[in-house]
Amino acid sequence: MVWNWFFKKKKEYPDFWLDYLAHFKKKKKSDIENTRFVAFDTETTGFDKIEDRVLSIGAVAIIGKTIPVNDTLELYLKQDVFKAETVKIHGIIRNGSEEKISELEALKVFLDYIKDAVLIAHHASFDRAMINNMLVRHGMGKLKNHFIDTGVLYKKSLHIIYKDNTKPYTLDYLCSELNVQPIDRHTATGDALITALVFLKLLARLDKRKHLNWGYLLNR
Amino acid sequence: MNNSIAYRVYDFLKNFPPFNHLKADDLLKISTEVSIIYLEKGDVIFKKGDPFNSVFYVVRNGAITLFHTTNENEQVVVNISDGGDLFGLRPLIAQESYKLTAKANEESIVYAIPIDIFRRVSADNTNVYKFLITAFATNTFDPYTAEENSKIFVDYLPNTSKDIEYFQTANYTKNPITCHHHSSLKDAAIKMKNHKIGCIIVVDDNDKPVGIITNSDIKNKIATGTFPIDTNVGNIMSSPVITCKKDLTVAEGQLKMVQYNIGHLCITKDGTENSKLIGVLTHHDVLATLGNTPSVILKEIKRAKRTKKLRSARLKANHLLKSYLEQNMPIGHITKIIAQINDAVTVRAIEIALKKMPKKPPVKFSWIALGSQGRKEQLLFTDQDNAIIFEDVPEEKHKETQDYFVELGKLVSKSLNKIGFEYCEADMMASNPDWCKTITDWKAQFSDWILNTDDKAILLSSIFFDFSHVYGKKSLVNELSDSIYETLEKTSVFFKFLGRDALKNPPPLGFFKQFAVEKDNQQKDLFNIKNRAIMPLVDAARLLILQNKIKGVNNTAERFEKLADIDYNNKELYQSCAYAFKALSKFKTKQGFLHNNTGKFIEIETLTKEEQLKLRRCFKPIHDIQEVLKVRFDLKNFV
Repeated sequence: MVWNWFFKKKKEYPDFWLDYLAHFKKKKKSDIENTRFVAFDTETTGFDKIEDRVLSIGAVAIIGKTIPVNDTLELYLKQDVFKAETVKIHGIIRNGSEEKISELEALKVFLDYIKDAVLIAHHASFDRAMINNMLVRHGMGKLKNHFIDTGVLYKKSLHIIYKDNTKPYTLDYLCSELNVQPIDRHTATGDALITALVFLKLLARLDKRKHLNWGYLLNR
Repeated sequence: MNNSIAYRVYDFLKNFPPFNHLKADDLLKISTEVSIIYLEKGDVIFKKGDPFNSVFYVVRNGAITLFHTTNENEQVVVNISDGGDLFGLRPLIAQESYKLTAKANEESIVYAIPIDIFRRVSADNTNVYKFLITAFATNTFDPYTAEENSKIFVDYLPNTSKDIEYFQTANYTKNPITCHHHSSLKDAAIKMKNHKIGCIIVVDDNDKPVGIITNSDIKNKIATGTFPIDTNVGNIMSSPVITCKKDLTVAEGQLKMVQYNIGHLCITKDGTENSKLIGVLTHHDVLATLGNTPSVILKEIKRAKRTKKLRSARLKANHLLKSYLEQNMPIGHITKIIAQINDAVTVRAIEIALKKMPKKPPVKFSWIALGSQGRKEQLLFTDQDNAIIFEDVPEEKHKETQDYFVELGKLVSKSLNKIGFEYCEADMMASNPDWCKTITDWKAQFSDWILNTDDKAILLSSIFFDFSHVYGKKSLVNELSDSIYETLEKTSVFFKFLGRDALKNPPPLGFFKQFAVEKDNQQKDLFNIKNRAIMPLVDAARLLILQNKIKGVNNTAERFEKLADIDYNNKELYQSCAYAFKALSKFKTKQGFLHNNTGKFIEIETLTKEEQLKLRRCFKPIHDIQEVLKVRFDLKNFV
């Protein structure tokens, strides 16, 4: 096993993976204001992290309090696994009109887009696992980025007396609590934008309470 | 590559001029290059004098205030832009720095539109340019030109002689003419004629005022034939009368009159209607003493039909507050006036909300203010803390009734937020079903806090034990107070918990008489006047007042004054606590004005030597009162 692992390490990685890793080599600590965050969401064929496949990835970047519309990502993937029952949620059909690319191509674009940004997702562990499994299937390592889960962050933002550990804080619930319009809900890009706005509103809440530092944001 | 977000931006922009004049694919090109900017309330987009940006802005959600700053540092609002409005157009028209400041009036989202691409696609579109020039002109138009400007603030400009009179003790009529409650109207009218007076006070056997008869009562009830001329005075008098204690100021007197919509106040020995009548203060007396007053603001509030009007009235109160502070008005009076205005604003907001509700309230209710508004200590805009108590309803109606009041709570908090009172971050508002309950549930809630005290209860006590009635059925509030005092009889542990909490912030002086400044990153080297100086006094006052079972005194300074009356041994200490509290609130308010925030954090460096000394003097009473608490509640070993 050890040998195996050793060889794996030596094996040739594609350039785009090496480029991605290079972003993490230099250690730079920047303040929250100037950090690039990327909020993203995946639409999948289902909720099985191994069996199911990613159908589309949507992502938006946040710097300061600004979301530049020309710096967004919207990818549709060619499907090997198809499940009719989830179509009604995400609305992506096998031979839809969107221009589709292969998984490997999608990873390439996605990694080049996110670089070393801090990633934000709602119920992040699922989206993270989906992307990681994709990477592993194509012989690469897992994502190196820091992650922030808006669900967890929301719970942290609550006043101690309202914390309810039993409640699943859905994106829809957060939308209504934080007054974010749920436009284009259940498309990857729509959900990514909603997640980004939710994140900004939470940051503002935390900022008011002076909790705003990296330790607080990144530690679960 | 697809960009759905650009399409959503496009969908929004296409509804508003000038973008509706553009071709679809041109507008989409612009939409792709837009930046979506999120703004918290108070965030500044650009400041007067800033070099121009390469973008202009469209409001997506929320509202942006544009104002300019005069040489006297006065902020004059020029325009408030909301959904679909453009602002920051100057760089489109002229390459010069901004002349106005743009600030988020509430939480907002704006689109920043890059000017170069906008120019490229709209180059030869005259409609677009016509619109932009007009929009630019209206945004820059300043309705408050120099002369009007002075007119607007003339009511509130320092006019020392007048304002000092305002806080003088009111000059009321002593030994007023009275008639006995068994006498006939005819006798009373003859008395009024003989003394050439327009009103007469009706008193009982013990000289306590029971009613009042004015000229208009005689006109409306006798001349019309409703009552015969020899009827008993009791039949036509207005009753009960509103009473005051004798050292009331002109300001208080007038506020009371506006509040109850009456023209006469009875001055009695102890200020209640249960003691001997000693004088009468008429509206005329008040007008004779002064000209312009905050009652103008109160009237405006009472007449307001929309939240927007309430906001402007409340903003005027801020100007008033500022000028009072500059003139060193007694802070006690200032607090009273602002508390009255805040209550009036809330009452009006509730009345407006009630009209918006689909039906009348199913049962009677009381709207209560909590925390600093409950203590009547709010000077600047702060968070709103409030709750609703409603009458008991049968089990099957409970859900429906609560839903009604929660809905009402939502409407009211929304408009209070528009007026400038921020939402309570801990959601302690009537719009939260947790704090919108029946009287029985509230009693149970308080009993639970008192008898099963935990950290959560103590956390909440600082807010909930300072409630005061604002609107609706007052007896509900009294009922709740009574029940709380009954429950307090059963335990002494609760006092110990409160005591421990009151001691959590020791006097703010460290070694070598250094100020204990904040150590964490964000507020490094700032002095937190609220937590370290004001709250210890507030907590101590609450604890002592609860222990002494005193009802209806909520203001911290008044609480200490009341304590000084009943506890002779510590009289001086309580008085100095009252004084310290007033001085500290003044510090906080002044700092708040200086930095346009709540004034919670003070930069010690910016204070003059004299101010530092003054501030320091306030700390001694904090130390002393904490020592008293330690002994009285035996807290030395209680952890």
